[in-house]
Amino acid sequence: MKDKKDKRKEIRAEERWYVASQWKLMWRKFIKHKLAILGGIILLIFYLIAIFCGFFSTYNIYKRYTKYIYSPPQRIHFFDEEGFHLRPFVYGMKLELDPVTWRRTYTEDKTKKYPIYFFVRGDKYEFWGLFETDIHLLGVKEPGVLFLFGADELGRDLFSRNLYAVRISLSIGLVGVAFSFILGCILGGISGYYGGAADMVVQRVIEFLMSIPTIPLWMALSAALPPEWSSIKVYFCIVIILSITGWAGLARVVRGKILELREEDFSMAAKIAGATDSRIIARHLLPSFLSYLIVSLTLAVPYMILGETSLSFLGLGLRPPVVSWGVLLKGAQNVRTIALHPWLLLPGLFVVVVVLAFNFLGDGLRDAADPYK
Amino acid sequence: MISYIMRRLLYMVIILLLISVVAFILIQLPPGDYLSAYIMNLRAAGVQVDHAQIAALRKQYGLDLPIYKQYFFWMWKMLHGDLGRSFQWETPVNELIAERLPLTVIIFLFTVIFTYAVAIPIGIYSATHQYSPGDYTFTVFGFAGLAIPNFLLALVLMFIFYKYFNLSVGGLFSSQYILEPWSIGKFIDMLKHLPIPVVVIGTAGTAGLIRVMRGCLLDELRKQYVITARSKGVVERTLLFKYPVRVAINPIVSSAAWLLPNIISGVTITAIVLGLPTTGPLLFGALMNQDMYLAGSIVMFLTLLTVIGTFISDLLLVWLDPRIRYEKSV
Repeated sequence: MKDKKDKRKEIRAEERWYVASQWKLMWRKFIKHKLAILGGIILLIFYLIAIFCGFFSTYNIYKRYTKYIYSPPQRIHFFDEEGFHLRPFVYGMKLELDPVTWRRTYTEDKTKKYPIYFFVRGDKYEFWGLFETDIHLLGVKEPGVLFLFGADELGRDLFSRNLYAVRISLSIGLVGVAFSFILGCILGGISGYYGGAADMVVQRVIEFLMSIPTIPLWMALSAALPPEWSSIKVYFCIVIILSITGWAGLARVVRGKILELREEDFSMAAKIAGATDSRIIARHLLPSFLSYLIVSLTLAVPYMILGETSLSFLGLGLRPPVVSWGVLLKGAQNVRTIALHPWLLLPGLFVVVVVLAFNFLGDGLRDAADPYK
Repeated sequence: MISYIMRRLLYMVIILLLISVVAFILIQLPPGDYLSAYIMNLRAAGVQVDHAQIAALRKQYGLDLPIYKQYFFWMWKMLHGDLGRSFQWETPVNELIAERLPLTVIIFLFTVIFTYAVAIPIGIYSATHQYSPGDYTFTVFGFAGLAIPNFLLALVLMFIFYKYFNLSVGGLFSSQYILEPWSIGKFIDMLKHLPIPVVVIGTAGTAGLIRVMRGCLLDELRKQYVITARSKGVVERTLLFKYPVRVAINPIVSSAAWLLPNIISGVTITAIVLGLPTTGPLLFGALMNQDMYLAGSIVMFLTLLTVIGTFISDLLLVWLDPRIRYEKSV
């Protein structure tokens, strides 16, 4: 009796597999890829931070705490001489200035104890230009300070700066890929669908763009941006510069797939039914390899992020007051500075984590893109 | 085969022409021309410049011509070995490039050799020992190598060496050799300094190549001819190296098309961080000072390196893969 039930269940599961839509099959295959799920969750967290970075940050990113220049990250404590406290706290920081070398050393001042509170009121910030508020997730009461990632050479809180950098660095990846996507689809589509001379020209251009070493070209192009331009203008120009070479790879994927698909019966049928070329490309061909496109897009984002970081690190990309991971890393160019203040390298860790997460996610999506294999 | 090579050569010439256009655009990009920047520099230094002199210079550089004629003028001069002058260094650009380019080429070559020498054996190992601890280790290493930007790796290595071994790893020569002419001692000294830049630049490419090699070899190992050969009793090692590896090497060779530009990018930014006397810091300085004849020429030469490298890899592929040799048209 029980055997029969099990068997029926099995058959039903099998049936469901046969009637499941393509997207459902992809999803099923995707969730089997553990690393891809991990990457997806990490990215979700980072994008949440990017959206709500004002709330998660502890201070205004331009506010200078001159008493805390190059202060190291504070340790969060649960234990003091009295024992365990449920509410974590930080100690005050005491500055000692070496009279000869002018080196700053900070020590914990155990007499001053500042418990950490949730949802505290602090510096004002605007939530996406909608309303102004001053509620932050974490904070301590004045005159205590909470520098979770330490402070920079001007005494600005690096934790908050890193969170705001998430917004810029991650958005540049997405905007850049969106630009490349449009260019890649149009040119790759034309090249694959029409073939002949158009294909020849687009192919040579792609080959050419791929043979140019990206970093020197990007450096030369972004160095030509006038210094008096506003941050927003520079931001978009950097995105365009990154996309100039970025679209080539996408166009290749589009072209290859279209070459393959335009010989299929369904595109012939559409042609006989009198559909225009642009309709066949947009309505019949593009959707059939959308999954491959999504994979290439996911794998293209980290290159954009790495490109922006490298350029800004050299001082040729985004410029202060904009904060991105590259701009923050620019403060860590000198080996002696890093040796004294290793926490300046923290943004580098975030870059690596995000790029890894994108690669894992892309890997999982690639496996899922062809669920019939 | 000859027609294939001829076609590749033709493509190369077309690409070179496109590169020269890009270099020319880069030179023209900043506001004002070379001469106005030069004159401003002279004025700032307190030198009087009279109008006749300016007009003469303008004529010499062809700056009074319309833009497309300027391009041909510049090309003509370039073909005669004149790349313009760098006002920042007060010397002809070709002298500066001749001084720095050989070192770039050396680092480039060593990195390419390193990349292939490391990636191919590891790729073979990973494919033949799929899902073993070793394979997982290399996979993790591969992903990490792809995710860490070159400059960050350089910084971290510099930091570690400085902090824990009290060594500074920048530069390509010890201080006593920097100004010396080339000698055996200087060459050996350079070899001692090479590993760190080569490893830093090569990691990303190596990681990518391992993935390619592993994937291709795995595909190949699943094919029936391998099973047939095995069932006939061919020794495992001979079987592996005689057929599947040789087939799987082809995509590796053609992957030079994306690997070489990547390595040149890496050479540039790593050299800036590590302070190597190559074209990287020269380009950076030139861009900072809007010294565009120098900057444009460097970008052109760096691209030239990758184009020549890709051409060589194309030739290698013809030699390795008979299918291309007998192909009539692509």
